[in-house]
Amino acid sequence: MKSCIAALALSVVFLVVSQALAQGSGGAAKEKPKESVYAEILKAPEKARAKRNPLETDPQAVAAGRILFEQHCSECHGGSAAGGKKGPNLRVEEIQSATPGAIFWVLTNGVVRRGMPVWSKLPEPQRWQLVVYLKSLGVQPFTPPQ
Amino acid sequence: MAAIRYRFLLSLLALISLSFFPLSSHAQESPYIVTYDHYLEEPGNLEIEYFSTFGTQRAGNNFHAFWTEFEYGVNAWWTTELYLDGQTTFHDSTIFTGVKWENRFRPLKHEHFVNPVLYVEFENKNGADKILKEGEGHDIEADFLTPNAEARREHIHEIELKLLLSSTVKGWNFAENILAAKDLSHSPWEFGYAIGASRPLGLKGSATPCSFCRQNFVVGAEMYGGLGDRNHFGLRDTSHYLAPALAWNLPSGWTIRVSPGFGLNDNSHRFLMRWGLSREISGFGSMVAKLFRSGQ
Repeated sequence: MKSCIAALALSVVFLVVSQALAQGSGGAAKEKPKESVYAEILKAPEKARAKRNPLETDPQAVAAGRILFEQHCSECHGGSAAGGKKGPNLRVEEIQSATPGAIFWVLTNGVVRRGMPVWSKLPEPQRWQLVVYLKSLGVQPFTPPQ
Repeated sequence: MAAIRYRFLLSLLALISLSFFPLSSHAQESPYIVTYDHYLEEPGNLEIEYFSTFGTQRAGNNFHAFWTEFEYGVNAWWTTELYLDGQTTFHDSTIFTGVKWENRFRPLKHEHFVNPVLYVEFENKNGADKILKEGEGHDIEADFLTPNAEARREHIHEIELKLLLSSTVKGWNFAENILAAKDLSHSPWEFGYAIGASRPLGLKGSATPCSFCRQNFVVGAEMYGGLGDRNHFGLRDTSHYLAPALAWNLPSGWTIRVSPGFGLNDNSHRFLMRWGLSREISGFGSMVAKLFRSGQ
């Protein structure tokens, strides 16, 4: 029983510590969200930027991409991709005018030091479907939730 | 009576935690139970997992080992995890066997052909631990013959280091893990390995939400075992397993894993039947932060 209590105490401690650290790094990201995240897309190598989206003309791609976005991205970037609790607005000029290849590169590599995980665990076709969906959204300025 | 209470508490804790949170996230989990790939928990998400292992035992009683994991994504390069372990040995007893605290760190910013992750774990367990979450040193089937009452008297404080390597190519994931473990009180460094390969049955996402779409099923296989210790490195007196594995990722955020394992030599248990149930809770960190903020 002592071990059980120790385990529970340990779990509370590690939760509080990790939460404090996560909040700390989140705060740093909030200060300069635009430069940090949107700058990453400019770092995509030329070869990656030039990649064509093989599903660009797939009639199912937008619908499939929307489902994938809701499942994996909306928690951070908001349901309409116009910015959320942690992730920036993806309906800005910087993203919408980027090449599909550049968006695919950011999805694959993440922005690990700024809190965006790598998404290479999604198979390539699913990442391309996400790119098609994001490009279909168009530009919309961020309106903070009331 | 106390033994039954442990098992009941562990299962209840997992089930309450799993069903308490309404916000779930669709997970894209690998089918591995022993092998790790390089993907960490998404920042702020908590994954609660319950696993069972039924094992056969020659010249002794079969057993059912079980554990609950609480896996939290601190940020995009650090995942921390707490384990609570227990086991039932048939015709013997059910006991709580220990606690583990695991941390995984991603050192590189971008994806590469081979992606390394560093793994550090501290274990506080007793000698009756049977979850077989890894193969290490000279651990063999005969070690499990000791009755629970006697085995639980041995206290083990162990540190475990792993180098996790993993690549994803054309939908396939290939993972290789190298393990070094040290009992802090005595015994030399022990070594082990795990390798795995897996792939979703479908690579494209479906245009309509579905539970039975091919992309929700990930199939694979893993192989793991011990490599001896610092004094006697090699395959002699070690156990090894081969296990096909299947994961079913449901849109509701639940993942079901099934993996029958087969012992590859006479030192291994002949058969291990493993299954697991997990659920990912998105935004758990924000929920906890909100509790602290509202208290201020």
